[in-house]
Amino acid sequence: MANKEVLRVEHVGMKFNLSQEKVDDLKDYVIKLIKRQLSYNEFWALKDINFSLNKGDRLGILGLNGAGKSTLLKVIAGVLKATEGTVTSKGKIAPLLELGAGFDQQYTGRENIYLYGAVLGFSRKFLDEKLDEIIEFSELGKFIDVPVKNYSSGMKSRLGFSVATLVEPDILILDEVLSVGDAKFRKKSEAKIMSMFDKGVTVLFVSHSLEQVQRLCNKAILLEKGRIISRGSIEEVSEIYEQKTK
Amino acid sequence: MKTYIENFKKYRFLLWELVKKGVKLKYRRSYLGILWTLLEPLFTMIVLSVVFGTLFNNKDPHFPVYILCGRLMYSFFSSATNGAMKAIRTNAGMIKKVYVPKYIYPLSSVLFNYIIFAISLIVLVAVATVLKVYPTIYLLQAIVPLILLLFTAFGVGMILSTMAVFFRDLEYLWSVGLMMIMYASAIFYKPEKLLKSGFGWILKCNPLYLLIHNFRQAVYGRPMNMHFLAASVVFAIVSVIVGLIFFYKKQDQFILYI
Repeated sequence: MANKEVLRVEHVGMKFNLSQEKVDDLKDYVIKLIKRQLSYNEFWALKDINFSLNKGDRLGILGLNGAGKSTLLKVIAGVLKATEGTVTSKGKIAPLLELGAGFDQQYTGRENIYLYGAVLGFSRKFLDEKLDEIIEFSELGKFIDVPVKNYSSGMKSRLGFSVATLVEPDILILDEVLSVGDAKFRKKSEAKIMSMFDKGVTVLFVSHSLEQVQRLCNKAILLEKGRIISRGSIEEVSEIYEQKTK
Repeated sequence: MKTYIENFKKYRFLLWELVKKGVKLKYRRSYLGILWTLLEPLFTMIVLSVVFGTLFNNKDPHFPVYILCGRLMYSFFSSATNGAMKAIRTNAGMIKKVYVPKYIYPLSSVLFNYIIFAISLIVLVAVATVLKVYPTIYLLQAIVPLILLLFTAFGVGMILSTMAVFFRDLEYLWSVGLMMIMYASAIFYKPEKLLKSGFGWILKCNPLYLLIHNFRQAVYGRPMNMHFLAASVVFAIVSVIVGLIFFYKKQDQFILYI
């Protein structure tokens, strides 16, 4: 089994310094430094997180607001660097976090495909080949040459989803993105994700909809105040989660 | 080191896309578009030549060329460092969502301004031809200050972009700093008098002045000042090294502040 392990999270902890007041200008900083008021409240958003996933595992991450779910995903995606511990992953990680947030507003849809594609690490040749496919999947039609600032939020997410799911990643990170666009597109995007499941992609999924997590995942962890308080199969964990939320 | 280079290769396309975006968006929706890159320095040159040439009774027939050399280099330095300083915050949306080596953002900002600067050098060629400042073999030297300028702007830009994440007032502070650098760069006056006075060190400590001086020497067909050259090489290298180390040490904290 060991050679099939694609993600290992060991002793990961993430510490934030919550300063009582936000100090972000020089004057405040100097004054506070002199007055010795630069005290920080240390806050561990994640503490001692351990788990590993094998190829094809679909992990649901459950927890109340502020439990550290999104922080954990960001650490795994490499956006945040963990204060302690290590994350080792094999293969390509595709983070589907808040689709379309990285678009440039003045750029047209077509130009944004290249920009966003480059951010995700695709090559130009690859994007050239896939361009038509992306435009078709996003159903934007002639709007593809309109600046993104004139798009509706649904159009933006559709385009983001189409670009981000271009490649078959080894690890897919989903943060509440399955509620993208209208009912028709939602079906289509779920179908696309399901087809990735069939190919054995490893998934990390965060959602507040327990029903959705149950449908998509086979394993789960439950976070509370930055610690894993329960882990196991989705049935066991969701039972505990339901008790907690009562 | 090897992993850094490989990582850079992987994101080359992104760097190129960001540079392209900068150039493309700069003049989008303006009628004259990229022509402004030529017109803007031309107009300021005319104004500065009239004001400082006529008013101060400057007899030098090549004065517009003199102004243009300084003004073009200064405005690149100013827009490149300003762009790099704001790069992390303008791209906060991306940085929060996807992992990308963060130095790509200030670097692309410096590079796209350099491309605009390179285009604007056409004006210099045109004005020099009109005023009969013809190229000599010394013109080949011009490449040296031009490359050093790029490195200096990148180094300073990296330092600024790191600091600006933590202290927002740097943006205002730097505009004052840029103004001081402008006056200390001898863009629209002849520095001889100042150099002989007790304040000559101000110019000599200003890397931008040293670069502008050597660039002018090349344009006018004279050998470069080797002391100035050495000083500006040192400054370029030091600023790039300090900038990279500083940025590298602090970059993991960026996300907590943007």
